[in-house]
Amino acid sequence: MLVAMITVACGGDEDNELVIMSHDSFNISDEVIQEFEQANDATIVIQQAGDAGEALVRAILEKGNPSADLLYGIDNTYLGRALDEEIFDTYKSDLLDLVPDKYRLDASNHVTPIDYGYVNLNYDVAFLAANNMSPPTTLEELTGPDWAGSLVVENPATSSPGLAFLIATVSYFGEDDDYDYLDFWADLKANDVLVKDGWSDAYYTDFTHYGGDRPLVVSYATSPAAEFFFSADPIDAPPTANILIDKATFLQIEGIGILKGANSTNLAKKFIDFALDTRFQEDFPDKMFVYPVNRNASTPDFFVWAEQPKYPADIGAAEIGEKREAWLQAWTEVVLR
Amino acid sequence: MTASRLLILGPVAFLAVFFLYPLVAILARSFSGGALGLESFSGLLGDSYYLGRIWFTTWQAALSTLLTMVLGLPAAYLFARHEFPGKTVLKALTTLPFIMPTIVVAMGFIALLGPQGLVNTALTGLLGPDTPQVRLTNTLVIIFMAHAFYNYAIVVRIVSAFWANLTPRFGESAAMLGAGRVRTFFHVTLPLLLPSLWSSAVLVFVFSFTSFGVVLVLGGPRFATLEVEIYQLTVKLFRLELAGALAMVQLVFTYVVLLVYARLQERSTVTITLVPHEAVTRRKKSWRDMLVVTGIVVALLIVLSPLWALVERAATAGGGYSTANFTGLFVNESGSYFYASPFRVIWNSIRFALASMTIAMLVGTAVAYLLARPRRRASALDALFMMPLGVSAVTLGFGFLIALNRPPLDLRGSWLILVIAHSLVAYPFVIRSLLPVLRGMPGHLKESAAMLGATPLSVFIHIELPIVARALLVGATFAFAVSMGEFGASMLLVRPEFATIPVAIFRLLSQPGASNLGQALAMSSLLMAVVALGFVVIERFRYREVGGF
Repeated sequence: MLVAMITVACGGDEDNELVIMSHDSFNISDEVIQEFEQANDATIVIQQAGDAGEALVRAILEKGNPSADLLYGIDNTYLGRALDEEIFDTYKSDLLDLVPDKYRLDASNHVTPIDYGYVNLNYDVAFLAANNMSPPTTLEELTGPDWAGSLVVENPATSSPGLAFLIATVSYFGEDDDYDYLDFWADLKANDVLVKDGWSDAYYTDFTHYGGDRPLVVSYATSPAAEFFFSADPIDAPPTANILIDKATFLQIEGIGILKGANSTNLAKKFIDFALDTRFQEDFPDKMFVYPVNRNASTPDFFVWAEQPKYPADIGAAEIGEKREAWLQAWTEVVLR
Repeated sequence: MTASRLLILGPVAFLAVFFLYPLVAILARSFSGGALGLESFSGLLGDSYYLGRIWFTTWQAALSTLLTMVLGLPAAYLFARHEFPGKTVLKALTTLPFIMPTIVVAMGFIALLGPQGLVNTALTGLLGPDTPQVRLTNTLVIIFMAHAFYNYAIVVRIVSAFWANLTPRFGESAAMLGAGRVRTFFHVTLPLLLPSLWSSAVLVFVFSFTSFGVVLVLGGPRFATLEVEIYQLTVKLFRLELAGALAMVQLVFTYVVLLVYARLQERSTVTITLVPHEAVTRRKKSWRDMLVVTGIVVALLIVLSPLWALVERAATAGGGYSTANFTGLFVNESGSYFYASPFRVIWNSIRFALASMTIAMLVGTAVAYLLARPRRRASALDALFMMPLGVSAVTLGFGFLIALNRPPLDLRGSWLILVIAHSLVAYPFVIRSLLPVLRGMPGHLKESAAMLGATPLSVFIHIELPIVARALLVGATFAFAVSMGEFGASMLLVRPEFATIPVAIFRLLSQPGASNLGQALAMSSLLMAVVALGFVVIERFRYREVGGF
């Protein structure tokens, strides 16, 4: 029986098969995938391998004998690790010229940027209105009595928006100023900040809009637009809104790379070109709720609710790669222990 | 003898290839940096933080187990000793918490006990706006409650199956000798139930010990168990050597617990006296019986209330009752490549669960028969076969990826890897439910039948099967449940076409928006319906096949 099982399991590796490994949040329309398959006489197989961190660990463990050709979903918080482990081959697409400099994720061209988003605070519009409050305009305000017990954040050690927000606070407060990011977190803790394991958990169980008692949540700049899009009834404006404080939002750029030892390298390169082109770039915003990196790609109308911060946190991928563990440990020490 | 030796080869090979080999591979990989990872061990045991984690993991599991047993026993009594209308359905419903995704259960708890939940709204309404609120988010209390909620079905099922096979004769004699109900229970019934109590307690303990989702989602980041630490070290900090060392600690610790348990189990064997089911069931209904039955049924319905709250929320959209969340599931509105219709995901869940159940039944039954025979070091062997329950899921998951990655065993793209992972968690349930019954089986029955000229096959069909059937079906129920509810293993691979119900729920909950939440809860309601139906079918199967009780 075992032998029969194994034979079934090992499908053939056709040369025209392109295997893409991605995190669970990857989303694109069926039609776009089919267009690529038809134009290149290829079959695309997509494997979702958990969240971005899990997918990366998997790629690292499979180094040299990858189960996929491409890994999609490496962002600037994970890039340093991916480059250190040398899991990618380089590829410089001609279409990279259409990507503004600030979204060029990786100067060494191992990872090609595809999309970006921002992690920032969201608030519950109805709750603030009912309590005659206006959203905070600085992070410092969050440690004051007005916002006691009002904020839910994600644990940076388990959640990617959680880590992004931690990095934003590092950028905002600095590391060795009189009042640095750890002082801020200590005050936040004293002010009854709630830390949850992941985004879904924080958003759907603790945010006031969904039955919790926290009117402020760490989420994405596109979340209000998604609320508008996924509303149960037609609405004029989303029930949540962005808080965009200078240097307190985090620009997250996601990219794709060709795994070393891939079977279908040429097809993989073609796919990267395809993913940078407007057809693909205009397809994903209302599915993944991120922005396209191609400057020619337009976003859907309801993205007016997904306004972009002008001055996000200013910390590069290299510095994040270098200091991430130290930040995490210091944060854990201050907030959890 | 030779035939039975051959019989055991299958399970041993299965475990060697799909458990030991991946485990050794990942641990070897984790420790490839240093000298056998000795530094990571000494670092680990010298660090008061990690020692604290080990201690916390242990005592919270012990306390959770105690609470779970207390919650489970009355219901076990109900199902073992009483007949009442709707029993099969109620029994199916009580097992539902076991399969629900943690995040969904968290929502059920919030709907009831959250700041805007039923309880707090009622409190404020009754006692005014300044009433102190029940706040359970990120507390220890909710960890215990959730562990009991998740695992009490283990106690209910295993103990009631055993209880139903016990003759009420001893209890009746005690009563005739003048012992009261309470005394009879503590001095006669409870000691007789011991094998099944130990059996379920060890499963509950190990499950609480390796708890991940409950602690992470409900307890919050301050209460990390070893499993949570292993996950963070592996996936977020890339400290494979430290994660490997912690995984070893968890493994060794679980092994010791299982070993102690196996010793106890061997000593507490109770010989089963087979009696017709009708004789065991209390037929004469005194008002006292009615009261007890009603009380326990009501209590069970209250325990299950977080699940009702979910269904209620799923049937609500835009301020009133609506089927919109359910109908929305059937439409691929955005034309997504990853869209999976409810038919597809339900079919996937069912076929994976049936496949896992089959493997778990084969492996578990063979191992249970092997362990039932008196032999030296049986308890060491017993504990060894239970090890898949103690291994860290994330460790074994990545072990699969680096061990089963080359022909002829490249399973990375296959759904088989999912089924194998599920059956590894499922087959210990088959062993634990079967073993007390096998050990208690009176040997003289088989011998007399054989002397009268019955073939081994007909001895099995006519003598053994009726006795073990109930226990086998308990094992089957859990094997099915483990696979239906598991999505830890989904990290291994999810091709869109292999998406299961929990994966679909998870996917919906990864984006903001009311209809995403609504549809996730609708999908959860479907999960409950499908699993409850599955349980009822398994139960019916028993009555038809082994109707001769």
